Amino acid sequence: MRRKISEYGIELCIKLSGILVIAFVFLIFLFLLKDSLSLFGVYRLGAFLFGKNWLPVSEPAQFGIIPLLLGSVYVTVGAIIICVPFGVGSAMFIAEVAPSFLKHVLKSLVEILASIPSVVLGFIGIVWLGPHLKDALNLRTGMCGLTGSLLLAFMALPTIISISEDALVSVPKSFKEAAFGLGATRWQALWRIVLPSASSGIIAAVMLGIGRVIGETMVVMMVTGNAPVIPTSILQPLRTLTATIAGEMGETVSGSEHYFALFAVGLVLFIITFLINLSADICLHKARR
Amino acid sequence: MKWTSILIALVGLFITGCDEKADSNEPSGFIQIKGSDTLVNAEQMVSEEFMNDYPHIFVGVTGGGSGVGVASLINKTCDVAAASREIKPKEIELANKRGVLPKEFVVAYDGVAVIVNNNNPVSRLTIEDLHKIFTGQATNWKEFGGKDLSIVTLSREVSSGTYAYFKEKVIQLGKKDSTEEFTAETLLLSSSQSIVEEVMNNDSAIGYLGMGYVSDRTKSLMLGKDEQFYLPDVNNVLGGTYPLSRSLYFYTNGQPEGIVKLFIEYALSPKGQQQFRETGFVPVGGKVAKKD
Repeated sequence: MRRKISEYGIELCIKLSGILVIAFVFLIFLFLLKDSLSLFGVYRLGAFLFGKNWLPVSEPAQFGIIPLLLGSVYVTVGAIIICVPFGVGSAMFIAEVAPSFLKHVLKSLVEILASIPSVVLGFIGIVWLGPHLKDALNLRTGMCGLTGSLLLAFMALPTIISISEDALVSVPKSFKEAAFGLGATRWQALWRIVLPSASSGIIAAVMLGIGRVIGETMVVMMVTGNAPVIPTSILQPLRTLTATIAGEMGETVSGSEHYFALFAVGLVLFIITFLINLSADICLHKARR
Repeated sequence: MKWTSILIALVGLFITGCDEKADSNEPSGFIQIKGSDTLVNAEQMVSEEFMNDYPHIFVGVTGGGSGVGVASLINKTCDVAAASREIKPKEIELANKRGVLPKEFVVAYDGVAVIVNNNNPVSRLTIEDLHKIFTGQATNWKEFGGKDLSIVTLSREVSSGTYAYFKEKVIQLGKKDSTEEFTAETLLLSSSQSIVEEVMNNDSAIGYLGMGYVSDRTKSLMLGKDEQFYLPDVNNVLGGTYPLSRSLYFYTNGQPEGIVKLFIEYALSPKGQQQFRETGFVPVGGKVAKKD
């Protein structure tokens, strides 16, 4: 009898924590929605979504999200282009090529990489990477999208490596053996058989990496220059959605137009990351089947 | 069982802290100062000295920008707001609506220094020149006798009081109804320190900041007009000859009382003013501006 009660109690606790987590997500969404919808009572939705100027403290204020959105897109695309080949390559090395002692060393190093605080990376970006990039590429300033992309690529690497590696390892051994049986070399088996079979897992890894990159704040705020221009090149200073919220949140009086505008930016960001994570989830689900 | 009790004790300690009982005769408590990034180093010095004299009072100093300070005064999340600009009428109105009555104290004077890289041959500019540079009408240093390099303009974030001051004096040239803006190419950096870093590393950069951040790692430009150019130093700011001279403020909610009053008085005392002088600002000499 006593056992039954404690079983029931534990079950209830677990159930409650599960439901609470879901409830929190919903509440956060509702909270964002409520405050951002208040903006559209005083500011047109079209002007927000398609406006080309972000001038929050001018008279009259303009809250055009296009430069911020494009800033985020540029930095993210740049980071992904840099980190996907590196990430998938290292995952292939760790999963298939590296001898077992090296495998362990590399795996723990990747974990250490994940634990570097972003503000430290940002600092390195300001004092070292930025100035060097400026000299190497002969730029106007080292505070540009590329500096941000490089650092963000560095931050997304651990996610991409560990998830891709899982996907590669979980490809059944028989696939590879069959390839070897048909006379394939090690590289051919890896490139033509193992990699395609693990593709949904790798796509999921990339998606989660994108999610990590687009939501990152500190690094981009420190190194990308934060100029709210519509970027035409990744070598320009640009301003992202996250840096805008972080940089301006402190000064807004709660209930002001600017305050609501930042919540609306937050909502846009939330929707983007939600969609990315959802598609990553769908890919992972496919990979498991 | 033994571990459980230790764990509970630790958690208990974590929540309550090891509170040392203060002497009831001595003033004690916590003061939160938020705001101006220009003032943050000076505030830190003042509060450290203050905490030496009153060991039971803790002072927390946070930067972020004058806008942050004023907003938290209105949101009632700080005791003292530091600002490098005057509070705006709109903000006073908002504050009054929430039952907050900002009271102003001038704690120091400051000149907004315009800094360039030490390798930049340009050493003097007029306010007109600055206006052209920061609005994007002039884009190359050779127009001002410098090298053939395109100008990189640096600014603080919009929450900065120095940003607001610079925008009013240089971008709008003092005209309240002007709709001119910083060129969109301007880099908005989150602290005065990052402006110093970028100017040090970039030959073509130009930025502005409070006198407290001036050092020999960057070059301050002489500003003025008609052959009369002045460096941002104590004499030129006090004499008002430096064109970008301004006051720095503390704001409290209503007439300060208790430990907050103690702190404000300390900041305005010769001992407190000494700290402002040491961090590069111009002391006020005990004068208190009256304005409610």
